[in-house]
Amino acid sequence: MKLFEFEAKNILRKYGVVTPKGDIAKSLAEAERIARKIGKPVVLKAQVVVSSRGKSGGIIFVNDVTAAREAAVDLIGSTIKGSIVRSLLVEERVNVAEEFYASVTIDRQARRYIVLGSTTGGIDIEQVALASPDRITRHWVDPAVGFSQSMAESMVVKFSNLDKHDSVEFASILHTLHSIAMDYDAELVEINPLAKTDAGQFIAVDARITIDDNALFRHPEFQERSLVTAGDSPWEAKAKQENLTYVDLDGNIGIIGNGAGLVMATLDLVYLSGGRPANFLDVGGGAGPGVVKRAVELVISKPEVAAILVNILGGVTRCDLVAQGIIEGFNESTARKHVVVRLMGTNEDEGAHILHRAGIHTHSSMEEAVREVLKFVS
Amino acid sequence: MSILIDRDSRVVVQGITGNEGRFHTRAMLHYGTRIVGGVTPGKGGQRVEGIPVYDTVGEAVRNNSVDTSIMFVPAANALSAAFEAIDAGIKTLVVITESIPQKDAIEFIAKADRAGTVVVGPNAPGVINPGARIHVGVMPVHVFRPGVIGMVSRSGTLTYEIAWHVSNADLGQSTCIGIGGDAIVGLDFIKILDMFRDEEDTKGVVIIGEIGGNAEELAAQYIRETNYPKPVVAYVAGRFAPPEKRMGHAGAIIMGNSGTAKSKIDAFVDAGIPVAEKPSKVAELLKTLVKK
Repeated sequence: MKLFEFEAKNILRKYGVVTPKGDIAKSLAEAERIARKIGKPVVLKAQVVVSSRGKSGGIIFVNDVTAAREAAVDLIGSTIKGSIVRSLLVEERVNVAEEFYASVTIDRQARRYIVLGSTTGGIDIEQVALASPDRITRHWVDPAVGFSQSMAESMVVKFSNLDKHDSVEFASILHTLHSIAMDYDAELVEINPLAKTDAGQFIAVDARITIDDNALFRHPEFQERSLVTAGDSPWEAKAKQENLTYVDLDGNIGIIGNGAGLVMATLDLVYLSGGRPANFLDVGGGAGPGVVKRAVELVISKPEVAAILVNILGGVTRCDLVAQGIIEGFNESTARKHVVVRLMGTNEDEGAHILHRAGIHTHSSMEEAVREVLKFVS
Repeated sequence: MSILIDRDSRVVVQGITGNEGRFHTRAMLHYGTRIVGGVTPGKGGQRVEGIPVYDTVGEAVRNNSVDTSIMFVPAANALSAAFEAIDAGIKTLVVITESIPQKDAIEFIAKADRAGTVVVGPNAPGVINPGARIHVGVMPVHVFRPGVIGMVSRSGTLTYEIAWHVSNADLGQSTCIGIGGDAIVGLDFIKILDMFRDEEDTKGVVIIGEIGGNAEELAAQYIRETNYPKPVVAYVAGRFAPPEKRMGHAGAIIMGNSGTAKSKIDAFVDAGIPVAEKPSKVAELLKTLVKK
C-alpha cells in the first residue's frame, strides 16, 4: 500500500528526519490558513500516489496567500492521472543548496533489502544509475547482521565532496530509513529529493513509503485504509470490498479464471486472437460457489462487458462447485450476457453437466473457448 | 536420478491438522509420497490420515529421520515455522503458504542459505516427480506423466495447463517445480536449470515465466553464457498486462520499464530460446527439439 506523502513525512518526523514546515489542507480555507501561518512563499502539493505528479500539474509554487488560495481552488477536487485530489500538503518553500537521494527498497534477485544513497537527487534514480554510477552508493543488508550507523557511514565514504559533518548526517538518514523499513514492513522508503539547505540542514522535500500488503496485519492503523487505495477504478474498489483479485482493462470480454498465471495467459490469448479483455479476475485456488458467484456478478454488471469467458483448470478447485457458482451468479444478475466456460480437471464432468442443464456450453480446451467467446463480440 | 525429491524422501507436513494440510496430506499419500509425520504445535499425539502428529519439527525429525518439509501454516506463523524446520536440519523446505510478509521471507531464506536448506516458495505449488510417484505440493497429479521434460514455473494452474499439453504430446515430465508467485522466493530459475543440467532423465526444459522482476532475463543470460546443453522452451504470461498493477501474484507487477513481458521474451529470443505464444505451443516446440 502506497502511503500519501504527508503520511510518509509524519513517519519520517517521528524518526527525527526534518521535513519542511507545513500541514495538510482539505479545504480552501484550510489551505489559506496554513499559508498565512507559514507567512513565506509556499508550495501546494496534491496528495495523490501517482508517479510524476509534478509533471501533471499536481505541485504549485506560490509567493503569497492570495496565490495560495487560487492554487488550492485549482487543485482540490481535480483529477490527476485518474486520482481525485482530496487533500493538499501546504509547505514552506525550501532554499535548496544541493539535492541528494536516499532510499531503502527490496532487491528481488538478491533477496535482500538494499540501501541506496546518491549525491544526485530530484530526478529518477534509475537515470542517475545509468548516467553517473559513481554518484550512487549501495548496501545489501544481511538480515542476520542488520544495518548499523557505522555501516551507513562507510557507504558514504566514496562521496569525497561531502565533509565530515554532511557524511555523518547523510549516513544517519540512510540508517533511519532502514529502521523505518523494518518497523513498518515497508518495501520502499524514499526521500527524493533530500535537500541540503542554504543553512546546511538536511531536509526531506519529498518522501514515499510503500507498505508490504502482506504485512498489513501487523499495522492495523493502515489496514482499514487499504480497502480504498487511491488509484483504484470504481470496479477495482468494488472488487476489493468483495475480496476479489481484480484489475480493470478497457475491452469488452469479461475474464474469470483460477490462478494468476492462467488468467494472464487467458488475457494474452484473447488479445492475440484479436479480442479485448474487460478485466483480470483470479478467483484463486480452491474457490467455492460463493466466490465464483460474486465474480460473475461483478463482471456481468460492468456495462462494457458484452460476453464472459470463464477459464477453470481444476486441481484443488472443483469444477462442479465453480459451475454452481456460475449459475448462481447469473440467476442473481439482471443483465443478460453471453458466457463461454472452459472446464478441465477435478469433477469436470459433473461441472459440465450442471452447466449444460442450464443451457451453457462448456469446452475442455482453452483455445477453443477463446475462439468461441470472440464470436459473440465481433 | 532426480532433483530435489526422490523415492527415499521422507516428508513432514507442517500444519497437518488444518483443512488444507489434511486434504493435501491425503492426496500426497495416495500418490505415493512417503509422509512420516505431521507437525502442529499443541496437537502432538494426534493422528491425521494415520500419520503421527508432533508438537515440533525437531521431534518429528528425531523420530523419523525426515529430510523434507511441506508447510501449510498461516502466513503470520510462517517465519517461526520455517526457522523451526531449518533448525531441525530439514534439507528441502516447500512453502505453500501465501501472503507471507516479504521481510519474513527474506529472513528465513537467508537463514536457510546459511544452513544449506533449499527453500521452494513461498506461495508455491510444490514439486512433483511422476516417474518416482512422489509429490510434495498441491498439484493436480493427473495432468502429469512420467517423462523427459523438466518444468519450472512461477505459476500454478498455468503450469498444469502446459504440463497437460506436454503429457499429451507423449513427452511427460521428469520433475516439475513451481517456484512460487511471490517477489521473494528461495529457489530461482537459474538454480533449477543448474540442477536439470546434468540430470540424465531430463532431455529438455520448460521455463514458465511471467511479468515482474528480472528472473527470466537472468535465466536467459545463464543459458547463453554457460552453453546450456539441453533444449529449452519458454512461455511468458502477461504480454498485455497494464503497468503498476499487481496481476494476482504478489510478484507479477511491472514497475516503470522493468519486468515487462517484452523484455523477458526479447532476452529469451536473444539467447536462442524459442518462446511459445500460447500454452499449447510449448509442447509443439518441445516435440521438434527433444529427442527421447
